[in-house]
Amino acid sequence: MRLAIAILIPSLAAMAATPPAAPGSDDSFFIKGATVHTLAGADIENGSVLVRNGKIIGVGKNLAVPKDVKVIDGKGLQVYPGMIDSGTEVGLIEINAVRETEDVQEIGKFNPQLVAATAVNPSSEHIEVTRVNGITTVATMPDGVLISGQVSLMHLNGWTTDEMGVKPRAGLHLTMPAIRLPGGRGGFTPDSSDSGGAAGGNPTGFTALKAAFDKEMSELNEFFESAHRYKQMKSAKAPDFKPDLKLEAMQAVIDGTEPILVTARREREIRDAIAWADKQKVKIILCDAVEANKVTKEIKEHNISVILGPALSLPLNEDDAYDRAYVTAADLQKAGILFSMATLTGGTNLASRNLPYQAAQAVAFGLPHEDALKAVTTNAAKIWGVGDQIGTVEEGKWADLLLTDGDPLEAKTQIKLLFIKGKTVDTDTRQKRLYDQYLGRPQ
Amino acid sequence: MALAVSAFAADPPILIQNATILTVTKGTVKGSILLQGGKIAAIGDKVMAPPGATVIDGAGKFVMPGIIDCHSHIMAEAINEGTVSVSAMVGIEDVLNPEDVAIYRALAGGVTTANILHGSANAIGGKTVVTKMRWGKSTDEMKFEGALPGIKFALGENPKRAGNAQGFGTTTTLRYPATRMGVEDVIREAFNDAKDYQNVWKLYNAKVAKGDIAIPPARDLKLDALVEVLEGKRLVHAHCYRQDEILMLIHVADDYGFKIRTFQHVLEGYKVANEIKAHGAGASTFADWWAYKMEAKDAIPYNAAIMVKKGIVTSLNSDDAELMRHLDKEAAKTLKYGNLTEDEALSLITINPAKQLMIDKRVGSLEVGKDADVLLFDGHPLSNMSKVVKVFIDGHEYFDRDHDIEGRPAKEIEKKALTGKRAGTTGGQN
Repeated sequence: MRLAIAILIPSLAAMAATPPAAPGSDDSFFIKGATVHTLAGADIENGSVLVRNGKIIGVGKNLAVPKDVKVIDGKGLQVYPGMIDSGTEVGLIEINAVRETEDVQEIGKFNPQLVAATAVNPSSEHIEVTRVNGITTVATMPDGVLISGQVSLMHLNGWTTDEMGVKPRAGLHLTMPAIRLPGGRGGFTPDSSDSGGAAGGNPTGFTALKAAFDKEMSELNEFFESAHRYKQMKSAKAPDFKPDLKLEAMQAVIDGTEPILVTARREREIRDAIAWADKQKVKIILCDAVEANKVTKEIKEHNISVILGPALSLPLNEDDAYDRAYVTAADLQKAGILFSMATLTGGTNLASRNLPYQAAQAVAFGLPHEDALKAVTTNAAKIWGVGDQIGTVEEGKWADLLLTDGDPLEAKTQIKLLFIKGKTVDTDTRQKRLYDQYLGRPQ
Repeated sequence: MALAVSAFAADPPILIQNATILTVTKGTVKGSILLQGGKIAAIGDKVMAPPGATVIDGAGKFVMPGIIDCHSHIMAEAINEGTVSVSAMVGIEDVLNPEDVAIYRALAGGVTTANILHGSANAIGGKTVVTKMRWGKSTDEMKFEGALPGIKFALGENPKRAGNAQGFGTTTTLRYPATRMGVEDVIREAFNDAKDYQNVWKLYNAKVAKGDIAIPPARDLKLDALVEVLEGKRLVHAHCYRQDEILMLIHVADDYGFKIRTFQHVLEGYKVANEIKAHGAGASTFADWWAYKMEAKDAIPYNAAIMVKKGIVTSLNSDDAELMRHLDKEAAKTLKYGNLTEDEALSLITINPAKQLMIDKRVGSLEVGKDADVLLFDGHPLSNMSKVVKVFIDGHEYFDRDHDIEGRPAKEIEKKALTGKRAGTTGGQN
């Protein structure tokens, strides 16, 4: 039956499943005559890229055309490294409003043992629609109160989650305690404070919120102390030492080998995060640091890198300039801070595919074009500790490549060919097939 | 109308020279555009500056018509009267806040006209109103003079949520309907009532016309609005997602003899484009939103392109104060998804929503005689790396990026003074 349908209506059969490119099939090739934007130096006009076994092994102007691999004519086309979304929930959510399709937030405040890669669904439709816009790697992350789990850097292609993994334990996600109004990401508004304290007992007022904040900070510090005690007990081979999955997962963090991705939006949260990291002697990356522009001096002094949320965002405060979120990237660039960009849109509308347009918006408002490209490629790779693997078109890197007819930051640009780890990735999607199918519906 | 035009006609003429002028309906002109008396007075390669005109050098810049958002909730201090399944008696125009900063932010993104809608909590929602983003004016002055009023309908998941005891947060009382079948029934029942009511008034008016003595029927504000729909005096903007519910509403409208002016969101419109076209409805959709709810699963970013290709008057809307600020960039996505031409893409946010709101004689393209609702960009509006630098409505400058930036230090000082006062320190002078 299924076979019969497949023969009669091949397009429907193709809709049933979208297998990723076959592993080991075609991960060696040679692109010739393209403009190569390496993002590791000057662009190469009429350049070539040689890829063998998924890795880039040659980039330049005068490479000899090899006899044993497929040659791709890049005339008139541009080569860019695949883009990296530094923070998203791709693979962890299918339909936002359908609880059964979400694997982002666990119960509890301390879940360092959870790893996003565990729950990434390689068959998620979000994977195919995201990569066809040139995003080849995502940092997909758990979210929640305080420590929600470990961020996983995933290639957007592979038969299995294991094959997709670039760095499954790339960082621990901590949401910095903050004094915020309940029910919003907006932060504290003086209007709802308990300034009318004479009447007493406003549970959403500043005093109550401050008490909750203090409690969370002390819980957080206690948890880190537990991790240190655990380390001592373990190394001392103490007789009453018992393995603990949560505290075990903290060891890479307190040793400084795994960074903490600290979500800190407002100036105060950012300052708190920097001071706290100093005290705990841990390596942090600031995430969704909306007001990082107010703390550039300290961020730079502490050599902290920043992952910015979407530039296409409303200002945090009613009296902020209309372009506040548009110019933050340019502010960080001027301050010499290493930053990358994330779509961070899981909560409402998954839009990892729009990462390039977030970067473009920053260009419209003062960020140099090359810095915007770097923020979604090489700088993202550096921040996530995989700068030796992805992010540029250089020898030794995975061949995550886009062949385009223009600038990938422009919506009108078409991606002609897409490679992840050297494998050709089908640029067809279920959405495209629905388009073809219904465009063909008779009038 | 007289009020608004006379109020703004006092502005001196403005001539933008040496620009690339994207008229949307009459091609691209390299040259000048003259704004005078609140209207577009001339477009051409050689336009003389009238005496007293402000001349703006548009070299390297682009001019396009003001963006029209067919679906917004900014300014509205309340969105949903969701306690009943038919709330046609309430109107969003009664709760507009002219000081909502979202107006200014939308302006800065090039929006000059917006259709402000009631929410989607019920099958037949409240009345809607078309506004111009005349920041600084009163609510009455922001209303688009002469634009037909509208009403919001809603199908699918949102109106049936209140029928589900496990849905919609704190709802404890079940409200009919709980299914798409029930949504259809609610609309049919309402129009049954409206037809009866219309008839009762017709009989009464006929008696009065004959000189008979008659007792007037009781006014029903809810049914008044629905009678206006039946009489074509109020436009129906119907929130919908799936093809089945779209088809359902077309059947209902056909049965009761009224028209759906626009299907809103209409994310599966591409599946029933033939039927939408045959009904004569417009479609106002998102560029690429999808997967945020079950009924948005088959949403495709090619939706707008298919509907355009099938001959439906199609627009892109925001439904969101953030998205509203970059509808031009949303339109640019249709160049990729479905290969629309630049003019087709720009039409989605200009002339097409103007047609949907029946204000296309006034706005939506750059043509002599139309309202001087004009945007100046520092690059092509469909480039993701361009931005709005000036916005004119009725020939009056409502946004200028340089002025905005120049004004920031003074605002900072004022803010410090005010916050200092609040904290009880000595920051404030007045």
